[in-house]
This record gives sequence, C-alpha cells and structure tokens, in this order.
Amino acid sequence: MSLRTPLGKALGLGSAKSGAGHWWMQRVSAIALIVLGLWLVISLPFVGGLDYHTAIAWVARPINSVLLMLLLVAMLYHSKLGIQVVIEDYVNGHGLKIFALLLSVFVHAVLMVLGLYSVLRIGTGGMA
Amino acid sequence: MQSANRPLSPFHHYRPQITSVLSFAHRLSGIMLSLGAAIMVLWLAALAGGPESLAMMNWLGGLAGKAFLALWTLAFFYHLNNGVRHLFWDIGKGFKMPTVVRSGWGVVVATLLMWALFWYAMTSSLGAS
Repeated sequence: MSLRTPLGKALGLGSAKSGAGHWWMQRVSAIALIVLGLWLVISLPFVGGLDYHTAIAWVARPINSVLLMLLLVAMLYHSKLGIQVVIEDYVNGHGLKIFALLLSVFVHAVLMVLGLYSVLRIGTGGMA
Repeated sequence: MQSANRPLSPFHHYRPQITSVLSFAHRLSGIMLSLGAAIMVLWLAALAGGPESLAMMNWLGGLAGKAFLALWTLAFFYHLNNGVRHLFWDIGKGFKMPTVVRSGWGVVVATLLMWALFWYAMTSSLGAS
C-alpha cells in the first residue's frame, strides 16, 4: 500500500530515483577497490621499471591482467556513480543535467571497454 | 522583488573545520581520481599500441607529469583512507564528535605516511633499475 496521497502523485512529489541501489553499489565497489587499489600500489614499486618491455611483461602476466581488469571495472563503475552524484548536485537546468549524466555514462563505458581491450591485447598479443 | 545577493551556500562564510574540509576533500579527490582513471586507461591503450604509441605518454616523466602523478597518488591515498572512515560510519560506528575529529586527523596522518612511503618505494625501485 503506497503512502503517497493522490495529490502527491499528481504533483509528482516524492523520490524520483532508485537511490538505495546506487548507495549499495557504491559501497560494494568501494570495498573491492580497497583490495584492488592496495594491490596496485603495493605491486608497482616491485615492477622494476615502467619502460615498454618491463610494463608489457608485467601486465601480460595472467594474475596481473585479471586483477587489472577487475580494478578497471570496479574503479570506473565507482567513478561513474560518484560523478553522477556530483553532476546531480552541481549542474542546474534539467536538460543540461540530463546531458551531463548521459555524457558521463558514455565516457565511463568507453573507458571501461578501452581499458579491458587494452589489457587483453597485451595479455594475448605476444608483444614482449 | 529583485533577487537579493544572498549566499547560495555557507561555503565561503563558515569557518573551515575538520568535518567540512575532509568532506570537501573527499569529493575533490574523487573527481581527481576519475580524471586520473581516464589517463590510466589511456596509458594502457598506449601500451597496447606498441613502443611508439607508449612514447606518447612520455610527458608523464616530465615536470607536469610528475606533478600530476604526485597529486593523483595523494588523492588516491586520501580517498582510500577517508573512504574507510565513511564505511565505518555506514555501519553506524564512530559518530561521536571527538571520534569524528580524531578519525579525521588519523586519515590525514595515514594519507601522508602512505603517500611518502609509496614514493620512497617507487623512487628507490626505479632508481635501481
């Protein structure tokens, strides 16, 4: 049984978005990022150099490829959710806000696919 | 009545405190991390493209690049530590005012320590190679 009054419904009052899912996924991706982010910053000093060959060899190792891909997904998803909130807070004007939100979603999607593709190319490409 | 020049938020009129400053820093660091994530993806794409394409990212070794990396890693450690502080709040812990202040300063100290440690490790390992 809905607690909204008929007048409230007619006027479009009340929450307009599914906030609870966003809140939870932000926390889930945050927890994943604690683990994956720490893995990255702890691993980087041990890579031994960021020249082409060293970097390729490191990324191509299966464990690093997999963890990097997980990091990319968690990071870009968490970023998408966070930027969404920033846009909703600061961009006024309904049309501009919708445009900005769509742009953010698409940019994040492109980055995610580009990142995953790059890691897979490196891992399977025999490029070292 | 003409729109009076009223402040839209207390941002410029309220004395900065550990609570508001860290909250702002959390959002700012998040935005910086998003930008850094884009650059990280572009770096991976450049790497996948071969040695010539990776050379396009050589600017990261220059002054602007180093400044960017220093700021980005600082943003990362800050957002990580303050993020953990947020997660404790999410499960209902740490809301007493003295605890909020102490955990806030803890975040600042932990951030600086981790940041310094990371760059010490990076410069030692890169210097040795």
